[in-house]
Amino acid sequence: MKNCEYQQIDPQALPTPTPTPPPHHGKDTEKKKEPRRPRRKWEVFPGKNRFYCDGRIIVARQSGVLPLTLGLILVTSGLFFIFDCPFLVKHLTSCIPVIGGVLFVFVLITLLQTSFTDPGILPRATPDEAADIEKQIARLRSLCFGSDNTGNTSYRPPPRTKEVLINQQVVKLKYCFTCKMFRPPRTSHCSLCDNCVERFDHHCPWVGNCVGKRNYRFFYTFIVSLSFLTAFIFGCVTTHLALRAQGGKGLVFALQESPGSAVELVICFFSVWSILGLSGFHTYLVASNLTTNEDIKGSWSGKSGEDVTNPYSQKNIFINCCSVLCAPMPPSLIDRRGFLPTDESAQTGSADIELPTLAAKSEINVCTQGTKGLLESAALSPLLSTSCPQGKPQNAHSCPETSPALNSDPTSEFSKGCRGNHMSSSHGDTSHPRHTKARSKKCKREALHIPNPAFDVPVSPTSPDAAPDSKARSHKGGSLTPLH
Amino acid sequence: MAETHSLQDMRQQTAITAKVFIQRDYSSGTMCQFQTKFPSELENRIDKQQFEETVRALNNMYAEAEKLGSQSYIEGCLACLTAYTVFLCMETHYEKVLKKIAKYIQEQNDKIYAPRGLLLTDPIERGLRVVEITIFEDRSLTR
Repeated sequence: MKNCEYQQIDPQALPTPTPTPPPHHGKDTEKKKEPRRPRRKWEVFPGKNRFYCDGRIIVARQSGVLPLTLGLILVTSGLFFIFDCPFLVKHLTSCIPVIGGVLFVFVLITLLQTSFTDPGILPRATPDEAADIEKQIARLRSLCFGSDNTGNTSYRPPPRTKEVLINQQVVKLKYCFTCKMFRPPRTSHCSLCDNCVERFDHHCPWVGNCVGKRNYRFFYTFIVSLSFLTAFIFGCVTTHLALRAQGGKGLVFALQESPGSAVELVICFFSVWSILGLSGFHTYLVASNLTTNEDIKGSWSGKSGEDVTNPYSQKNIFINCCSVLCAPMPPSLIDRRGFLPTDESAQTGSADIELPTLAAKSEINVCTQGTKGLLESAALSPLLSTSCPQGKPQNAHSCPETSPALNSDPTSEFSKGCRGNHMSSSHGDTSHPRHTKARSKKCKREALHIPNPAFDVPVSPTSPDAAPDSKARSHKGGSLTPLH
Repeated sequence: MAETHSLQDMRQQTAITAKVFIQRDYSSGTMCQFQTKFPSELENRIDKQQFEETVRALNNMYAEAEKLGSQSYIEGCLACLTAYTVFLCMETHYEKVLKKIAKYIQEQNDKIYAPRGLLLTDPIERGLRVVEITIFEDRSLTR
């Protein structure tokens, strides 16, 4: 405990950040006595998110291809209203722009809500909680192994799984080294956002955010309304061109008269299949109360011949749909706009001694959290860097989602492959390596690079390399979240 | 360690000596429920019955918050029709129950736990992961 000499230890230098690392802590300790404006919790949020409007809006650090998504929707709808609607209103009915307008507004609102809503991020464990969990685990270990061969249990990494019984089904809860807690069921850690997200579905680059418990219903509504919008525009454009080409004038003449329609036709033709497919896939997931993550991993499909069923399903399609889409909206757990306690003792309090606010409080907190804690963090950091790789795709639970509208063959083949994978999810694991070999050597290499066996990340099909757009590729590569 | 902190400690009559964490109970799924097992650290502090009653009351309130009833269906459908913009204006059912829970915890602290040197922390402040019970001890007595 030589550290307790009240020398300032820079929290930034710690391998793993404390749950609420104040970013300007170095400067603050000198200015402690001066009145400072109270800071909000979003300002010290440890995950990789960006906040706007004083914490009201949250997005992932990488916005993915959200601008592209918005651009495509706006361009296509704009061209529709400019080129097709006047003609169709004259020749058919004026309901068409009304319907189109309603769908367009719906799509835009749900897209923005999906992107800007907290997906269900779990705040990281406070140091006290983390210490308590470690103590429990050490106690259990010493009970299991006896006192002779455990050695110094304090520095051993905690066991990584805990089993619970949910509706007569054994579910393994994994320990998250970043968030320092056992993840609740259905929770997964997104490496792109560096957060544990409840009921994690996937990280969607198209919306630039994770899809989890709180924004799944927005996401589902978005893709369903987008499929209606795309199909509607496609239908209207086809009708428009057909009407123009009547009387022997020909399609070329029609396209020359209305060039915007050609653009819309191309965009809609390629997007309608993938988006309809995606909506169908998610409708299946909603009806069986599954997440994309679970479906891809084949968690409840009895892959190893065990008699496993989904413990969360209510065995009734209607009830499943209602519980996923119409359940009461859960609150955001991260309290972005709450103020930090002025003495910051509630958040960064040490495991056993709570001290009054002092200029040297930060140092005390660091040293009472322990040399033990520091050493443990140091021991864990190489593990962390391999286990939570940034942008290393291992799972394609976003695979159907990343089948971009504009890609043709690789994606459609891939989407089919993904859905094929989903259909034959009873052979979930066996299909994964096959897809991986075909898809992404990069992903497979990096998946194999992960040495930690407890992080049983299934190697799944990925689509990043299929994207022609290099920006999209890098984002998609980064978007696939290793699950551990 | 004790020597270096003794100056600060002496200033305080009471200081926290321990925190007990009541973990979540996942046996009925992902619903927010807490374990009613009585922690050993509270044995000489509070009555087991009292503690279990508090936790059960909390569990019931959380179950009410997450209940799938006709009201939540109507709210959900209405929200969907308005592209979920109602969530921006209206307080959701869950939030209303959370306020109720906060009040209940405050009440329990005032009436039962504070006189025994304990403090319940609202689980929402810990991300609905744990119920944190802080045990205060009068240092002047222990030293």
